[in-house]
Amino acid sequence: MKISDKTKEVLLGPLSANNPVIVQVLGICSALAVTVQLKPALVMGIAVTIIVAMSNVIISLLRNTIPMRIRIIVQLVVVAALVTLVSEVLKAFAYDVAMQLSVYIGLIITNCILMGRLEAFAMSNGVWDSFLDGLGNGLGYAIILVIVAFFRELLGSGTLFGLQVIPQWCYEHGYVNNGMMMMPAMALILVGCIIWVHRSINKEEKK
Amino acid sequence: MKWLYNIVEKLRPQFDEGGKFHALHSLFDGFDTFLFTPNSTAKRNAAQIHDASDSKRTMIIVVLALIPAMLFGMYNIGYQHFLATGEIVTGGLTWALFWKAFAFGLLALLPYIIVSYVVGLGIEFTVAQWKHEEIAEGFLVTGFLIPLIVPIDTPLWMVAIATAFAVIFAKEIFGGTGYNIFNVALITRAFLFFAYPTKMSGDKVFVRTEGTWGWDGGQTLVDGFSGATPLGQIATAQDPAIALTNTVGEPISFLGAMNGLYPGSVGETCVWAILLGACLLLMTGVASWKTMLSIFVGGGLMAWIFNVSGIDNAAANTPWYMHLVLGGFCFGAVFMATDPVTSARTECGKWIYGFLIGVLAITIRVLNPGYPEGMMLAILLMNAFAPLIDWCVVRVNINKRMKRATLNK
Repeated sequence: MKISDKTKEVLLGPLSANNPVIVQVLGICSALAVTVQLKPALVMGIAVTIIVAMSNVIISLLRNTIPMRIRIIVQLVVVAALVTLVSEVLKAFAYDVAMQLSVYIGLIITNCILMGRLEAFAMSNGVWDSFLDGLGNGLGYAIILVIVAFFRELLGSGTLFGLQVIPQWCYEHGYVNNGMMMMPAMALILVGCIIWVHRSINKEEKK
Repeated sequence: MKWLYNIVEKLRPQFDEGGKFHALHSLFDGFDTFLFTPNSTAKRNAAQIHDASDSKRTMIIVVLALIPAMLFGMYNIGYQHFLATGEIVTGGLTWALFWKAFAFGLLALLPYIIVSYVVGLGIEFTVAQWKHEEIAEGFLVTGFLIPLIVPIDTPLWMVAIATAFAVIFAKEIFGGTGYNIFNVALITRAFLFFAYPTKMSGDKVFVRTEGTWGWDGGQTLVDGFSGATPLGQIATAQDPAIALTNTVGEPISFLGAMNGLYPGSVGETCVWAILLGACLLLMTGVASWKTMLSIFVGGGLMAWIFNVSGIDNAAANTPWYMHLVLGGFCFGAVFMATDPVTSARTECGKWIYGFLIGVLAITIRVLNPGYPEGMMLAILLMNAFAPLIDWCVVRVNINKRMKRATLNK
């Protein structure tokens, strides 16, 4: 099967050129809240990816039958159902992470990326494209989360996925973990840095 | 100065376009401006006034004003060290010991000054080169302030990271010198404070108990030694009626607090030295007396309110005049809050800005035992509000004048 340019654009665009977090600046709140460590950040990224993709598919299927006036409610119901499902699965199979993420799993319902994609894409596109669009946007979100969490966990706790990375030797010679990395303020600055790097790389393309 | 000028002029072609060292031209420009510009003043019979004072001259005056505090800070580092090791006992100070203490402090502080300047100026020069701009002189004061507002046992690499962070994120991304919203030196301190709290507060970091460069290392401490700053003692006190003591348990009076021979950040302890600097700043008109005065009024008033409020903790019970001379209150009021870039610019705004800094600093000290010193946070917070204050003052003035104006219908 040959992948058309449009499909490619729909799937890969959100990863960099049209990234939901660093270009559209959506979903910042949860990006700051769950990125203290890599593991919850990764789980959160996967959860959002699944929910965006699935809800995009469902809304795309229903798009011709949803009355325009109540479409937001319909979208919310679909998203809420999926979020509840994911939340229950996490509680059953990854209880620790679910506890770490606490309310932020539930708050995926209010994540701007979801409503944005449903409104902007799924309501007016086919099922397959909507699925790819959801996947792309979810992954675009997840990538940023993982990058931010990587730096925050490495510099803030000296670990990656909970494993000690910075050797004990460094601590004995006076190295100290950076407490600022544990604060949401630093996550915002890191997101800012990523945007900075991203913009400088893509400067020519924009023009 | 003629010979220096000749050397610079002789070297100039090498740094010009096509010269051997063109890559380093911003470095050269920086030193050239530093030494020789502006060299023109207005003619005597001209209508405008254009004298040789520019931001660089202003900065040098601030640095000069900081020197008493720095010299005293150096002496105090050594004094506290030898007090802790028992070499100096109160009342038994000789000239030999005085110079020994000063030399010890000089050696201890020098690396901080070097690190702060090398890191900060390094970034400034790099950015200037990269953006093809002239080097701005803004770091001259910041680099001098940073060593004076950190404890003497904060590791150098932390100071280096914090300086880099502050210069990049508090200054360069806003557009460089003159465009920053927050005081860069205070951002350095805030970064250190939040990133490495164990090395920035508590009773271990304010007195150098180890040696400096191998000098006097490994000595035993005297009995009853405690390196807690007066504000640290207040914040951790169980007894609401606390008596402040110095490192070896002798009480600190109001005059003792003015003299500043107690542990604290390097430049902040001696009120007399800061007063000397304040005189220079006020005489030359570099800093605003309105900001300074209103900070003391606000702080004193708030501390007095807490004194009579009936809140029963050590910080609220500390007399209002003690609050004004302890910790970084004076240093912040004189050197930090008056920064012309980050403070309010309207004359009326300066009163509001200063008053609120004083009020907030004391409020933080008293109501939040997690932050024994509120000055840094208060100034940074008001830095953020300074433009709003200015805007309100200007709007009020416009409205007032609009009412006064009569329209010809």
